[in-house]
Amino acid sequence: MTLQDLIDKVLGRQTASADTARQRLQLVLAHDRSDLNPELLEQMRKEILEVVSRYVEIDLSETDVSLETEDRVTALVANLPIRRTL
Amino acid sequence: MSTTRTILICSGKGGVGKTTTTANLGISLARSGASTVVLDADFGLRNLDLLLGLENRIVYTAQEVLAETCRLEQALVKHKQEPNLSLLPAGNPRMLEWLTPKDMQAIVALLEERFDYVLIDCPAGIEDGFKNAAAAAREALVITTPEVAAVRDADRVIGLLNTQGISPVQLVLNRVRPKMMSSQEMLSVDDVTDILALPLLGLVFEDEQVIVSTNRGEPLTLSDGGSPAARAYSNIAGRLQGEDIPLMDPAKLRRGLRAKMRELMQTKIF
Repeated sequence: MTLQDLIDKVLGRQTASADTARQRLQLVLAHDRSDLNPELLEQMRKEILEVVSRYVEIDLSETDVSLETEDRVTALVANLPIRRTL
Repeated sequence: MSTTRTILICSGKGGVGKTTTTANLGISLARSGASTVVLDADFGLRNLDLLLGLENRIVYTAQEVLAETCRLEQALVKHKQEPNLSLLPAGNPRMLEWLTPKDMQAIVALLEERFDYVLIDCPAGIEDGFKNAAAAAREALVITTPEVAAVRDADRVIGLLNTQGISPVQLVLNRVRPKMMSSQEMLSVDDVTDILALPLLGLVFEDEQVIVSTNRGEPLTLSDGGSPAARAYSNIAGRLQGEDIPLMDPAKLRRGLRAKMRELMQTKIF
């Protein structure tokens, strides 16, 4: 680390690279472990939204469907804010 | 059933220290009195002979043993200073198509009849070379470094080991740089063990002496020198044998007076 890096860190200009590494790894491993390619994930996301939309109105701009991994268990996590029930 | 421990040493990514680990663990185990053989399963690009200083003494390989053109004793290369350790190359670089999982099982079965420890130095990658090397293993050590590419590849390998029913699978974290960890510019020990969800068998600090020992073909654990990596490897060997040795703490490495003296002695003065 250089003095410049230290100053940047103290001023909060940039997060420590270990944090970035951990976050990037967790994301890439979630995908590696699930063996799902991005197209398949996108298709699944569309279909999930379609099904849920039949029952409730969801805020499409706030939806988030992603893979998360912990302790070698991968989960598909869908966060679909509901505006109102139909 | 034999009580031999047959341990695969693998990593996925190349250059993280599989062969260095195999050589040093082999020497350490042998020094403690266990009869040990290191099997170089990376026969396309074999290097274990070089790290052990035995490159000029190889005549036969596992290949000739299986073809019955020589006896196992003729193919085993005994280490000069550490007679409890033998090296067996799986094959020679010219024979790229020879090894199959069945061949591997056959040769390991022969080795298990006469050794306490069989350490298999696995080739990099997750293709046929890995599958062959893993075919006869009962347990595994996964070597990784605190870098994203190495951790990702280790994760793939762990997945494959799990599906093959190899257990236990333990982690060795290599080339740790305590200074970078404390400034959070390197994944921490906890980061790596949490992500890979494996028990940590040991961690090895980045150590220039590893390169020096490689140049000489004399693994660090061969001498009683107290370089950080040498201690780390002999600790790992001890833990493998069931000894209760506490893990080194990266935060404490730099404070020791002896470490500082050693560093001072290594300083270039002209």
